[in-house]
Amino acid sequence: MISGMDPFTGGRDPGDASPAGRSVVVENLTRTFGPVTALSQLNVEMPEGVVGLVGANGAGKSTLIKILLGLLPPTSGRARVLGMDCATQGLAIRQIVGYMPESECLPPDVSAIEFVVHLARMSGLPSAVARERTADTLRHVGLYEERYRPIGGYSTGMKQRVKLAQSLVHDPKLVLLDEPTNGLDPAGRDEMLTLIQQISTDFSISVVVTSHLLGELERISDHLVVIESGVLQRSTSTADATQLSGVVLVEVTDSGPELVARLRAAGAQVADDGVAHTFTVEFAGEWVLDAVQDGAADLGVGLVRMQRRRHHLTEIFRPEQEGAHVRR
Amino acid sequence: MSGVEPVPGAGASAVPALPALPAAPAYDVIHDIGFRHYDGHRFGRGWVVRSLLVETVRGVFGLGRPAKSKVMPWSLIGILLIPPLVIAVSILLTGGDELAISYTQYPGAMELVISLFVAGAAPYCVSRDLRHGVMPLYLSRPMKRSDYVLAKFAGLAISLFGVLALAERLLLVGALLMKLPVGDQIAGWAGGILTVAILALILSGISLVIAAFTPRRGLGVAAIITGLLVVSGIVQILIAIANDKGYPTVASYLPALSPFSLVDGLAVRLLGVAPSNGISYPAGALGLVVFGSLAVATVGACLAVLIRRYQKVGGV
Repeated sequence: MISGMDPFTGGRDPGDASPAGRSVVVENLTRTFGPVTALSQLNVEMPEGVVGLVGANGAGKSTLIKILLGLLPPTSGRARVLGMDCATQGLAIRQIVGYMPESECLPPDVSAIEFVVHLARMSGLPSAVARERTADTLRHVGLYEERYRPIGGYSTGMKQRVKLAQSLVHDPKLVLLDEPTNGLDPAGRDEMLTLIQQISTDFSISVVVTSHLLGELERISDHLVVIESGVLQRSTSTADATQLSGVVLVEVTDSGPELVARLRAAGAQVADDGVAHTFTVEFAGEWVLDAVQDGAADLGVGLVRMQRRRHHLTEIFRPEQEGAHVRR
Repeated sequence: MSGVEPVPGAGASAVPALPALPAAPAYDVIHDIGFRHYDGHRFGRGWVVRSLLVETVRGVFGLGRPAKSKVMPWSLIGILLIPPLVIAVSILLTGGDELAISYTQYPGAMELVISLFVAGAAPYCVSRDLRHGVMPLYLSRPMKRSDYVLAKFAGLAISLFGVLALAERLLLVGALLMKLPVGDQIAGWAGGILTVAILALILSGISLVIAAFTPRRGLGVAAIITGLLVVSGIVQILIAIANDKGYPTVASYLPALSPFSLVDGLAVRLLGVAPSNGISYPAGALGLVVFGSLAVATVGACLAVLIRRYQKVGGV
């Protein structure tokens, strides 16, 4: 048991107060910096799985993570990670929690393998295990031959993978990922998000991932927590929020308005959002799909896209300042 | 929407125990063993600090870093080890009955080279982590902020002591090979070891403080060299002025302002050896107390400043 050698666990069994299925429990958490309130009376429970923590820059995400890691004492209220109190059991928490910072944090003059082995030891792993797990973990995050080269020569995507690897190398029960997709191109973003999903599904490690982009978290999160100016806006499971809605997205090469008129005439609910030749149709039954197809054929225009889709979370929350980012 | 599930066995998430990834497809030759969990022992703070210390010592000597990082420390170490060899050879040739440079005079004689070595090593120890934002990675591990400071300080001090002790050892070997009196030489060598240990602590403290406030490596190197050599030069001048104006007592206390002469003065009063550079130090027990407490205070103050500095650094 970890607590046996650590003065900060105070002999408490880390498991005793752990509410089943919840990795993070925050109660009335307030943190102020002088006159600035970073977090205000925050009450939130994060289940196991992937939890997306969303908020604009300065919303209090990083402050919350610092408190969860036991690096910053809360002004009032309390937070528990995996059943351990963040204010008093920071060392024990950090032993079984991984953290991926938002900022650049890799020295350029060492190789990925040397650096991650070092950090694995710094997490309390014996040397032999550290080497073995580093090799495994780097493979899991998709770093192969590059691992032997100095980090200074890596691309942003490779650096993000090293940062992710160091947070996973000691087999934590929970990882806190701060803006892991920062600075990545769209393809890199997708790969990173897929990796994060794997951490939860294949590695059985709970994930709390922050982003200021709601759109990218909805794809991978089981649960979403939205905070703004240190106040909880919403905490909801993604499944509840984005049930498959009856909407079909249609895009045609030409004559969009005419097709819309035909569909309306046939009794379909069409939402025309002003984009040329693109509109959404309420899915009232199979006949709607047929009507779209027939209409396009009659008009002699090409059907570019016909896609059933879920509600986007952005449509549910509509945080105004995010809208601009998310809309492509 | 999210496309094809990349790996089979996505349902394993409910099982916290070892998920031996089920059923790689039969046609697949390479067996993906999946993510393996670790149920073994996890060491506590002691191991973590030790690991950081070992990494620091290795790094100071350029181990585990690119080849060019090894050039500076090892060439300086080479230079530091030349005088003992030269001294041994000179005894062989001239047949003298004592070392040309005593064990305690050696650090003073090699002041420039030792300063350069520290100036190269200290910024590596701390500036690198500050400049590249590595601190959050350390702080998110099971250790405290002060553990980091202590590990880095101990790492640098041990490295420096190791180099100086090796030179002392060479001096001793040379002296014994030349058949100088064994008892005297062992005693002198022990005094030398004590002296370089104190010097290593003081130099490490001062140079780490300077490095911790200069995240740019080049700047740190320059600042440490300036700090150690210029201060030493100024102290020499002040001593000369004080002697010239007829204040020998003031002149005898002035060496305490420079790390090298502070340690030399302490060695002179503590061990009764001859001073290096012919400096005169305050006589009697008072001199010992003043120099001794100043040495302790310097190390203590440096550590306090460092720990205070690292309370603010590397906000995660």
